[in-house]
Amino acid sequence: MKLGLAIEELHRSENHLARVLLAVSDRHKADHEVFYVARDIAGWSQRHVTELARIGADFGVDLDPEPEGEPGILEKLQQATSDLLGRRPEPGLLLLAGLRHVHREAAGVSLDWELLAQAAQGARKRELLGLAERCHPDTLRQMRWANAKLKESATQALVS
Amino acid sequence: MGRSWASAAGPSTGSTTAGWDHGWQANNSPDRLTRPLIRRDGELVETDWDTAMDAVAGRAKELLDERGPSSIAFYTTGQLFLEEYYTLGLIAHGGIGTNHVDGNTRLCTATAAAALKETFASDGQPGSYTDVDHADVIVLYGHNMAETQTVLWSRVLDRLAGPNPPQVICVDPRETPVARAATVHLAPWPGTNVMLMNALLHEIIGNGWVDRGYVDAHTVGFDELAKRVQDYPPEVAAEVCDVPVEQIREAARIIGQAQRLLSTVLQGFYQSHQATAAAVQVNNINVVRGMLGKPGCGILQMNGQPTAQNTREAGADGDLPAFRNWSNDSHIQDLARVWNVDPMDIPHYSPPTHIMQQLRYIEEGSIRFFYVTATNPAVSLPELTRIRSLLSQERLFLVVQDLFLTETAQLADVVLPAATWGEKTGTFTNVDRTVHLSEKAVDPPGEARPDLDIVIDFAHRLDLRDKDGAPLVKWSDPEGAFEGWKECSKGRPCDYSGLSYDKLRGRSGIQWPVTDEHPDGTEHIYVDGQFWAQPDYCESYGRDLVTGAPLDETEYRALNPTGRAVLKAAEYLPPHELIGVDFPFQLITGRTLYHFHTRTKTARAPQLQAAAPEVWVEMSASDAADRGWSEGDLLAVTTPRGRVEAKLRISGIRPGVLFLPFHYGYWDQPAGHEPDGHGRAANELTLTDWDPCSKQPIFKTAAANATRLAPGDGPAAAPTTTGSRPVAGDVPPTRGGAAAEAVEELATGGAR
Repeated sequence: MKLGLAIEELHRSENHLARVLLAVSDRHKADHEVFYVARDIAGWSQRHVTELARIGADFGVDLDPEPEGEPGILEKLQQATSDLLGRRPEPGLLLLAGLRHVHREAAGVSLDWELLAQAAQGARKRELLGLAERCHPDTLRQMRWANAKLKESATQALVS
Repeated sequence: MGRSWASAAGPSTGSTTAGWDHGWQANNSPDRLTRPLIRRDGELVETDWDTAMDAVAGRAKELLDERGPSSIAFYTTGQLFLEEYYTLGLIAHGGIGTNHVDGNTRLCTATAAAALKETFASDGQPGSYTDVDHADVIVLYGHNMAETQTVLWSRVLDRLAGPNPPQVICVDPRETPVARAATVHLAPWPGTNVMLMNALLHEIIGNGWVDRGYVDAHTVGFDELAKRVQDYPPEVAAEVCDVPVEQIREAARIIGQAQRLLSTVLQGFYQSHQATAAAVQVNNINVVRGMLGKPGCGILQMNGQPTAQNTREAGADGDLPAFRNWSNDSHIQDLARVWNVDPMDIPHYSPPTHIMQQLRYIEEGSIRFFYVTATNPAVSLPELTRIRSLLSQERLFLVVQDLFLTETAQLADVVLPAATWGEKTGTFTNVDRTVHLSEKAVDPPGEARPDLDIVIDFAHRLDLRDKDGAPLVKWSDPEGAFEGWKECSKGRPCDYSGLSYDKLRGRSGIQWPVTDEHPDGTEHIYVDGQFWAQPDYCESYGRDLVTGAPLDETEYRALNPTGRAVLKAAEYLPPHELIGVDFPFQLITGRTLYHFHTRTKTARAPQLQAAAPEVWVEMSASDAADRGWSEGDLLAVTTPRGRVEAKLRISGIRPGVLFLPFHYGYWDQPAGHEPDGHGRAANELTLTDWDPCSKQPIFKTAAANATRLAPGDGPAAAPTTTGSRPVAGDVPPTRGGAAAEAVEELATGGAR
């Protein structure tokens, strides 16, 4: 059985998604809703990381329950730069690129959860299936957020 | 002496405030704007209407040619008439084609509308003021009704003093007059409303105080809600909200066993963290208890301004008129038919641009024309240093239409003098859907003109036309606009088609919908679990309560194919700005009975100004004692964004929380529109953050510090009759004096 591998991969991709969300947040501090919501929903991925590490032990993988990438000096610098660049139009285009990135990463994580759920069902691992059923909807919400925010921001960024 | 507005408006009125008893004096103030002003060599100077309007229309035309409609934005109010909002929305959406339209209702009632759209898929108030007369339990969530809707509060006081008084539950971190009248007063830590609401629902559902028949027949989402609130036992909420667990249980028991439950909600929820999620849980309580559409059973998601309801209905808050759904193509086509324009000309590619996002576009320079009517963002919006700097930009053309030279008007390129109520005719609608006609009695001062005339003049100068080349705006007076609105609203939830000016003259106050079928209006909507939530008819498919992402049609159809009420669960998230060593207090801002918005009118009514002449800051007795501070000490209140100096009022507010009234700006101070030395506007301190669902800015969760600058030379000049009542007894009481006494002539004769 390769369930341990699937858990390990998801642990990695959720960690990555959390970092991507936090990076978008840091780069767009002047876009206040993006700044706050991206942080709020990065917390979902961080929670998934912890839960995956906990259940990983049952499948013979040793994973770090602490999410990676709490903001350091570099991120603080990015926030300050974002504020300083607030009066310029380019951040609008950067935001579109950032949201596109979030959507792509979240779509990958979503597929990883699908894989894990399928495997858990096949192997009759109830607890693991329950985890997938609990966490996967969060990933879909992260995707929908990136999609919706992109739609909402696109017109002004591209037409004005 | 003044004649009471309440007696003229009849018993259905409930949302007028004490301000009306004296506020009318401001209409006659010598400070009224009487001529248009235009900026020449950096100074605002008087000019004629033609020059002013040509400058406004000229700059709009230039920008439309150079940068297109997305460079134009409108920001209006909750103070005009229905006819004016509808016309403004037509001009902006149907004529200019910009998506950037909002009202300052974003600050007061956006969450009310958003919460109703989440639960019932449409705006529209599921309660009536008459419910106060029948309810056996009235719960006020973050709603200091005694200071915001005094007439409605009198109705509650009548019940409390009469036979079979209702039980009252108050959720408020301050000891307001409502809290003093309450059976249970819950004073949660600011920003934890969702936690508290989930705990109440945990108890209500856990104890089986649920109308299963109603839930099964008329709702979707119950199982998910029940599952979600399992994670929120009262013990957890007691810890997070810092409220005794017995109080949460007691409140849940009273609500859960109510026979006729009336719930009302206002800014303590709407302007706080997770605004929509919290307000939706209030809806959920009434829905799971089956307490809707019957006498005494209702929800009042309140408004903060006299005509905010009309801003929402007519589409001046950015929504499409008459609760049309911007993401439903057939609704756009129908609106295009009414307006006789191409559907492509009505922007509907994304939700309307709310004011906080408009400001972001102003900041980055893509909005260059900003037309403000009857509101004062330079005092009322959060983080004022930022707001002032955005509005003062050279590249922004700022138009302000108002009665007075407000702080915002002082930053404008053109100022247009407007008429106020009594000087123009139009309709206005209460929060409980009651429509009134307000007629012109006197001429406006000088050259001031009704807002309707000004915006129609603007449309004509832009030469806005329909698809057949006829003028876009087909009316020239309020009654014409009202007839246009009747056509637009026909068949929609807020149906005015059975009304007319003549009918409203015959009888003051009729509740919409008013149709051929219901010619006398409708006291209760949502009777027998019938909603306006069908996918083809509804105003909104809803949003994610945490991310704000709108649901699309397919998702909504799958969730709610037959148009039931939607029970939406929400997880609690901690507030975005948490207290710490440097900023140990949670700062909340709010209003006082005697002032309205930014004091533009109330400070010009002598009795109101005398009752609350200067800003103050409230702190609990225990926090003051810990620091050795006393009533009247001069404090500096700071956040990372600014600093305000104010005298200390030791009040019944809960420990750990500071309160500042938000009314005080600078128009009657030396610098006019900004601080001269020290700040006194509460919004110097607030943070730029808003609810992702309703887009309402957050004014009630900012981490702050307080330091003492000097011991006091007397008590703070805060009212003693309100939520700012002092806990110590040595403060002179607030009194109106002889000039404030009113005599009311009753129709049956005699006086009281």
